Amino acid sequence: MKKETIIKLKNLTKNYPVAGRDFPVLKGINLSINSSEFLGIIGPSGSGKTTLLNIIGSLDKPTNGEVNVLNKEIKSLNHKDAAELRNFHIGFIFQVFNLLPVYTVFENVEFALLLQKNTTKQRKNAVMEALEWVGLTEHANKKPDKLSGGESQRVAIARAMVKSPKLVLADEPTANLDAENAHAILKTMKKLNKELGTTFLFSTHDEKVMGYLDRKIFLRDGIVEKDEKYKS
Amino acid sequence: MKLEFQLAFKNLFGARLRTLLNVLVLSFSFVIIIFLNSIMDGWDQQAQKDSIEWEFGEGHLIYEKYDPLDPYTILEGHSKIPLNLDGLTPILDHQAFIYPQGRMMSVVLKGIDNRQSVLKIPTQILKQSKESFPVIIGKRLAESAKLNKGDKVQLRWRDVKGTYDANTITIVDVFDSNVPNIDNGKIWIDINKLWQITGLENQASYFIVKDDFNKAAFPYWKFKSKESLLKNLKELIDQKKAGQSFIFGLLLAIALLAIFDTQILSIFRRQKEIGTYIALGMTRLKVVRLFTVEGSVYSILALLIGSIYGVPFFIYMAKAGFPIPPADQKMGIALADVIYPVYGLKLIFSTILTVIISATIVSYLPARKIAKLNPVLALKGKKQ
Repeated sequence: MKKETIIKLKNLTKNYPVAGRDFPVLKGINLSINSSEFLGIIGPSGSGKTTLLNIIGSLDKPTNGEVNVLNKEIKSLNHKDAAELRNFHIGFIFQVFNLLPVYTVFENVEFALLLQKNTTKQRKNAVMEALEWVGLTEHANKKPDKLSGGESQRVAIARAMVKSPKLVLADEPTANLDAENAHAILKTMKKLNKELGTTFLFSTHDEKVMGYLDRKIFLRDGIVEKDEKYKS
Repeated sequence: MKLEFQLAFKNLFGARLRTLLNVLVLSFSFVIIIFLNSIMDGWDQQAQKDSIEWEFGEGHLIYEKYDPLDPYTILEGHSKIPLNLDGLTPILDHQAFIYPQGRMMSVVLKGIDNRQSVLKIPTQILKQSKESFPVIIGKRLAESAKLNKGDKVQLRWRDVKGTYDANTITIVDVFDSNVPNIDNGKIWIDINKLWQITGLENQASYFIVKDDFNKAAFPYWKFKSKESLLKNLKELIDQKKAGQSFIFGLLLAIALLAIFDTQILSIFRRQKEIGTYIALGMTRLKVVRLFTVEGSVYSILALLIGSIYGVPFFIYMAKAGFPIPPADQKMGIALADVIYPVYGLKLIFSTILTVIISATIVSYLPARKIAKLNPVLALKGKKQ
């Protein structure tokens, strides 16, 4: 499969106002990420991992520098274009799952497809396929409060994957899971990466996750400290 | 918008008790507003119908010097009846006194053709009666003067020359009308008899109009259509309606306040959900719309719930009517013993629109805040 660059960061900086002064969180990040990579941004709390993910996911804007994601310049995107980018091309997996509590598992996974205005049949087929990937077809009609942590995170993976995105951003996806569930989740994501060619970008400081990554970008105090690639 | 409605229904059904309480309060407002307005409309229609049938006919043709609202004009407020009387029923008003149980009571003698059929006043009884001086009165005068059918009472009046005269009248019938104006202090006698005892031969104070008449033949008479005669009544009912709308407003305000509170609380508590919507690809505008639609959906659900208990209630009330206490019937306006509510399409649709639009507005006001939320903070559930 031909690899293409889907994320390109050039001198990315991000400041947050703290007590009337600008506090730098990211200090000139330069990165290039290709399609089908399974990589992680690794660093301690406060190193800027989540901020970086949020900017790549078009939920936040850089203070300075260039952020090009899937040929879109994040800084120049308006709300509508950013929403479209997220809706069609980027899947999110959060630390605390962020499932919509009043919807069933099926409806949670279906949500992104509703926004894409797919037909009922298309939605049903895609959702059932996504639930099959994560082994949750039998739980389709359950509400999130009836699921375990591992199951909830698998629903979140199905929700991120159902729209066949080019990029999945996973923010500490194993932080609330036990070791067994964490490994199961990571195996599922690795399998999806291999089979569908989706790029997975993690933010983590979990040792378990690191073992699965093909590339590790170490972030410390808003600076890329190391960028290590491994053969998968 | 279809998506927002789908999601709004899901969210509200998911919220269960919170939704149920809001919907119940709002549905109660719906039912009460429609019911109270329908009672007013029912009263309006009944009062207009009764006034036309018992008092106004198609209008009054009044002698120019006569003002029915000014008792000082009664003495001079009459004139000779013109020749062409097609479609007109003459009425002659004349002041008099009766002495029920020794008390003196001022009354107005109303002379009317006993063959008339334009008003529902049962004047044919006057024609059929074998009494020497038969009169009919309404139930209100009968009650206030303690007179019953068959009673005799002394009547005193002044004739055209100012000479006092008196006679004994017989109450040959007590009629029951919802129109107090033809009843309170009014004694109905055959106009021929009134002409005879007063010497006001062929005189009338006004005419009841039935059909078209030759206006040119009545240069000194003012025509008042039934619409203009009903104006005071309509104004009174409109005034009452305006007073009632304060109660509707209060009821609606309570229901809308509940929705407003729920929306504020929702936006405060559902930050993580809002962040998730945005992360999954919803625009902020769509999220604002979703929360606004949720408020509108409250009113749609309230409409459905209100219909479940409201429609049977409305049907029952339409059959059984709304009883008016006797004290209220003495207010001096046309008021039946029982008022039957009238549920017009205009009333129902205007109520539905008012509730839906106001619920949408109070939902939109707090939802606007979503447009300014930082999705990153919202995802973390941080209050903004």
